[in-house]
Amino acid sequence: MAITRRRALLLGAALTVSITAAACGSGDDGSSPGADAAAPAASAAVSDADIQKALDTGGSITVWAWEPTLKQVVADFQAKYPKVKVNLVNAGTGNDQYTALQNAIKAGSGVPDVAQVEYYALPQFALAKSVADLGALGAGKLDGTFTPGPWSSVHVGNGIYGLPMDSGPMALFYNKEVFDKYDLKVPTTWDEFAADAEKLHKANPKAYITNDTGDAGFTTSMIWQAGGKPYTVDGTTVGIDFAEPGTQKFTALWQKLIDGKLLAPATSWSDAWYKGLGDGTIATLVIGAWMPANLESGVKAGEGKWQVAPMPQWEAGGRATAENGGSSLAIPEAGANKNLAYAFLKYANVDEGVQTRVDGGAFPATTAQLQDPKFQDKEFPYFGGQKVNQVLAESASQVVSGWSYLPFQVYANSIFNDTVGKAYTSSTTLQDGLKAWQDASLKYGEEQGFTVK
Amino acid sequence: MVSEGYSNARGVLAARRRSWVGWQFVGPFMAVFALVFLAPIAYSIYLSLFRTRLIGGTAFVGADNYLKVLQDPQFWSAFGRVALFLVVQVPIMLFLALLVALAIDSGRLYGSAFFRISVFLPYAVPAVVAALMWGFMYGTRFGLVGNINEAFGLSLPDPLSPDLVLASIGNIVTWEFVGYNMLILYSALKVVNPSLYEAAALDGAGQLRIIWAIKLPALRGALLIATIFSIIGSFQLFNEPSILKTIAPNSVTTYFTPNYYAYSLSFAGQQFNYSATVAIVMGIITMIVAYLVQLRGMRKAV
Repeated sequence: MAITRRRALLLGAALTVSITAAACGSGDDGSSPGADAAAPAASAAVSDADIQKALDTGGSITVWAWEPTLKQVVADFQAKYPKVKVNLVNAGTGNDQYTALQNAIKAGSGVPDVAQVEYYALPQFALAKSVADLGALGAGKLDGTFTPGPWSSVHVGNGIYGLPMDSGPMALFYNKEVFDKYDLKVPTTWDEFAADAEKLHKANPKAYITNDTGDAGFTTSMIWQAGGKPYTVDGTTVGIDFAEPGTQKFTALWQKLIDGKLLAPATSWSDAWYKGLGDGTIATLVIGAWMPANLESGVKAGEGKWQVAPMPQWEAGGRATAENGGSSLAIPEAGANKNLAYAFLKYANVDEGVQTRVDGGAFPATTAQLQDPKFQDKEFPYFGGQKVNQVLAESASQVVSGWSYLPFQVYANSIFNDTVGKAYTSSTTLQDGLKAWQDASLKYGEEQGFTVK
Repeated sequence: MVSEGYSNARGVLAARRRSWVGWQFVGPFMAVFALVFLAPIAYSIYLSLFRTRLIGGTAFVGADNYLKVLQDPQFWSAFGRVALFLVVQVPIMLFLALLVALAIDSGRLYGSAFFRISVFLPYAVPAVVAALMWGFMYGTRFGLVGNINEAFGLSLPDPLSPDLVLASIGNIVTWEFVGYNMLILYSALKVVNPSLYEAAALDGAGQLRIIWAIKLPALRGALLIATIFSIIGSFQLFNEPSILKTIAPNSVTTYFTPNYYAYSLSFAGQQFNYSATVAIVMGIITMIVAYLVQLRGMRKAV
């Protein structure tokens, strides 16, 4: 739980991770969420008895994941089902692992039975039929088990291609000490956020409301919260439109902050970023619910200073939020023992394993855990005893529905800074940068055989 | 007749045995050579003739990928960047290396062994570590540049801004490789026959004259080698930009250098075929440039 999830871009370890900075993720989503999950694939459905039989028969499965809390889950799982042997392998974080996975699938050997896949990358695997539709294994019955954001994220078309492992509903993390010192009001709207940004930077030219040097995951999540739906995906037909109103809401606000030089020029997960979070020169982060564990381990100097508040809103009194990051466990189509693999998925992401991971510091995607009083009332010493999970669980229930990512979001995110990045370093506007991103992404889509609208 | 036929047969047999023995000696090397040198190149060429798409699978496309590279503005911008790097950074680096080598060789330096080791030391630092270290120093908020700004009330330009990042990388590479090139040049100076210096001294030649008339001509071959290494190194620029991208994502594009472009294409874009093509084209260009430089260097020597 110390260094968690896709975002663990430790500078040092980052030779390869860094390059594919796209690994900084966000959730994604298939085009039609929730409802149609009830229709499992037509092929012979696997019953619970079959799954149980697989557990009793035993066998060995390989799991590729970088999520640290899974270690304990695997140990417990093997203790409960002694005939099953689980090999937990860390094949890299984010994009590194996807590359390895894609290579293994292509080669037709060494394919794991279970793989961790971030929400934003799942459609790519689903579309290529690299991962199995879990509807046939009984995933359709899990409707209502997970919060809507992650649950819709594992739906692609009519299939369910993974079980949500964690989620990242967004919230405002802020340094209360800085807010008190400069007499700032915790912003409830983005206008207030911008006003705070100006006031803070004026009072202390070294301090910034937040950092941003162009981050695809953050930008798409902000557009998501603003109600924008720039990506339209229908099978292999894709469309991108950053001229739509939701995107414009975001660019209008953010352009103001860029022009006023009100954003700290520190790249997330860099050394300067951690320092800024600790010394108060970066006053807030609008980020996913998996952040507490990262703050605790990475920003020791911030202990007792940070607090969590709901995400600022576009309309006063609103409650809309978006997902930022998070991942699922999926079953590669080439895996040999799908029933056993699914049994592990269910154990880790639906049954006992969830609590184990929550205890380890993970932020769950299951409604049962999110609504559990024990979870909600946990006091975080790092956050001055605040019951942080109440804010975060509330955020999880307010995620705007209907968002979808591109089926080649991994690549699109990797070229974000080539295009939109110019808005941060030159006179190019954010809106123009997004247009360039749109064009480059569509060009790639076309080359990859998609029908482009 | 009989004996002739016999001796003929024996001759053929002997010839056969001889050639077979030769192959036995060369065999182990050839096997390794084929496996680790030829096979990857052959496989890359094979890859470059196909195109795999997310929708529609793999198809044979012949030379399409090559035609695409030749018209790819991103590839040529990457190439232009390393070419500029080559033209500016390599002469600076070799000139510095030459100065240091001459200084050490002059024998007038106090503590020359220490000096030599110090200059060479950066080469022993892995390129990744060096880039990380310089990345921290270049920081305008918490790094050395930031500290200098604060201490002297300056506002130095950000070395990691898009306009300056190539120069900053040039600085890192120069720091890393001056020592290495110095060593090549210094070892060439060491083999100059001392009697030449004695003769020059008897003729009344000064130090500058000795450098000009004896040392520089003696260095020609070593300089040529160092230049060719540097050309290859420049065209293969990868580590420094890829590390700096983590702290300056907007300054280093995914097509910053040809190698980095090939890397991005295959690891982020899954375009292995096109990536292989880029790598092959860049390899050929590197070979041509290195060959031309060598040809020119040789001609001068004659």
